[in-house]
Amino acid sequence: MADQLVYILDLLALISLFGGVFFLFVGTLGLLRLPDVFNRLHATTKCDTLGAGLILLSLAIQSTVNVAVRLFLLAFFILITNPTAAHVIARAAYKTGIKPVLVKRSKND
Amino acid sequence: MDIAWLLNSSYQLCAILVMMMVFLSLIRALIGPTAPDRITAINIIGTKILVIITLIARVYEQQYYLDIAMVYALMSFITTIGVAKYLEKGALD
Repeated sequence: MADQLVYILDLLALISLFGGVFFLFVGTLGLLRLPDVFNRLHATTKCDTLGAGLILLSLAIQSTVNVAVRLFLLAFFILITNPTAAHVIARAAYKTGIKPVLVKRSKND
Repeated sequence: MDIAWLLNSSYQLCAILVMMMVFLSLIRALIGPTAPDRITAINIIGTKILVIITLIARVYEQQYYLDIAMVYALMSFITTIGVAKYLEKGALD
């Protein structure tokens, strides 16, 4: 029974780890491909917060309580600071006169 | 195939993959047309480096790397806030 529990926890850690790497990759792709500062912030902030949180969760499942508390503290810190930093960057970009890219409607619409 | 071995090699593989993503983000920091693009890229790189530090702490079984990761997160956040404020106001006061 205990062996099965450990096996399930290991499997959960593996799934969470690769899910986190996937989300980090999607965020990087958004940073490279999107056309505007605001679009890039929109893509990267959420993807990076979720990806880093999933990877830290995967590490916290594996470790002892002493380490897991620190990892959850780190994840909580990322969860607080990452949207705040994105907000400050977007505010600075808007106030320095960068206009968002608007969608051009084609004639068929 | 042991699942503990699989997990250990997965952590090493994921550290390498995230390192590659750091280099991909550096492209945006290099060619970004405006300054906020570069700040965004640096912020994202900070988060990814933090993830790499925690993964290395797991691989090498060193617990105090997590404290380094915490200090790194704090410094990355303060840097981003400072540069964005400087960009917005033209001065730090």
